Amino acid sequence: MHILTQMFGWLNDQLLKMTWLFELVRLLVEKVFGLSMEDRVGGSVHFFIYDTVKIFILLSVLIFAISYIQSYFPPERTKKILGGMKGIKGNILGALLGTVTPFCSCSSIPLFIGFTSAGLPLGVTFSFLISSPLVDLASFLILMSFFGIRIALAYVVVGLVLAVEGGTLIDKLNMEKYVQGYVREIKSTDVEVEEMSRRERISFAKEQVKEITQRVWMYILIGVGIGAAIHNWIPQPVIETVIGGNNPFAVILAAAVGIPMYADIFGTIPIAEALFGRGVGIGTVLSFMMAVTALSLPSMIMLGKVVKPKLLAIFTAIVSIGIIVIGYVFNAFSYLFI
Amino acid sequence: MVIKVLGSGCASCKKLESNVKEAVKELGIDAVVEKVEDFKEIAAYGVMKTPAIVVDEQVKAMGRVPSVEDIKKYL
Repeated sequence: MHILTQMFGWLNDQLLKMTWLFELVRLLVEKVFGLSMEDRVGGSVHFFIYDTVKIFILLSVLIFAISYIQSYFPPERTKKILGGMKGIKGNILGALLGTVTPFCSCSSIPLFIGFTSAGLPLGVTFSFLISSPLVDLASFLILMSFFGIRIALAYVVVGLVLAVEGGTLIDKLNMEKYVQGYVREIKSTDVEVEEMSRRERISFAKEQVKEITQRVWMYILIGVGIGAAIHNWIPQPVIETVIGGNNPFAVILAAAVGIPMYADIFGTIPIAEALFGRGVGIGTVLSFMMAVTALSLPSMIMLGKVVKPKLLAIFTAIVSIGIIVIGYVFNAFSYLFI
Repeated sequence: MVIKVLGSGCASCKKLESNVKEAVKELGIDAVVEKVEDFKEIAAYGVMKTPAIVVDEQVKAMGRVPSVEDIKKYL
C-alpha cells in the first residue's frame, strides 16, 4: 500500500504538477539568463515560462483525451437521454451530462433551442447550461495539477451542486413564459447521424486541440502575465487589503471582476495560482475561477437571444449569488482543504 | 445536389465550407453550396452543435469539421 501511495505521488508530481519542468525552467533562468530565482525579475520570468509551457502541455493532452471521450456524447444524444426526465433527477442528470458534453458559448443557442423544443423542463436545461462550462474533466485535472486533489474534488462537487440547485430553483419559479416566443415554434427534430469511426474520432480530437488552442492562446498569455505580476510585483499589504483576509468583501470583489470576463479554465488558472500563492483565501480564488468560467458577457448576450431579459437576470443572479456563497463557505472551512 | 453548411460564422464553419467546396471541385460534380446562418433554420434540422453539413436535406455530420476525403463520401 505504501509503495502504491508513493508511486501515485511520484506520477502526480511528474505528470500533473510537472516538477521536472519546474527544475528545467529553473536551470534555464539561473544558468542561461543568469537571474536568481529569489529575485523579482528572475521569479516572474520563471513563473511566466514555466506556467506557459505547462498550461500548453496540459491543454493539448487534456483536450485531446477529453474530446475523444466527448465524441461519444454529442448534444443530440444528451437530449435523448434527458428526454422525459423530470424533477431533481433530471437536474442531476443534466448537470452530470453537462460535464461530458462538449460546449462553447457559441453553441449555447442551438443547444437551448434543441433542448427546449424537445420539451425538456427549463430547469434541466439550465442545470446543463450551468455545469457545462463550469465543470468538466479538464478543469478537474487542471485543478489537481495546480492545487491538489482535495480542492479539485471540492470544486467539482460544489460546481455540480450549484448546477442542480440553480436549475431546480429556475424550475420552481415557473419561468417558462420568459423563453423567447420563436423558440417554442420550432418543431423538435431528431437526427440520426452515422456513428463516427475511430479514425474520425481521433481526427475530431486533433481538430479540437487546434481550434481551442487558436481560440484561447491569447487569454493564456494574458492570464500568465497577470499571474506573474501578482506573483512577484504587487506588494503583500496591497494584496491583503484588496483581496486578502483584511477585506470582508474579497469574495464579492473576486466574483464581480470574474463574472463579465470571458476566458476558460486554462487562462484563469495562472491568476488563481498566483493569488493562492500570495495567501488569498481558497474560497476567494475558487469564486473568481467559477465566475470567469460560468458567466461571461458574450455568453449572456448569446443567451439573451433565446430567453427574455427577466429570465436572463434571474439566471445571472442565481449563479452569481451561488458563487459568492461557495466562496465564503470555502474560506470559512479552508482548513479542511489545505 | 444541394449541400448546406450550417453555422453562424465561427472559424470552424468557414473551414467546413471551404472543405465542402474543395470536395465538390475534386469530384467535379454539379452541386450548389449554401450557407445557413439562421439559428431557427439550423435548429429545424435538429442540429445542436455547429458546424453541420446537410446533403439533399439529410444531416451528414455535425459538431465537427469532416475532412475533404470524408465529405466526398457523403456526396
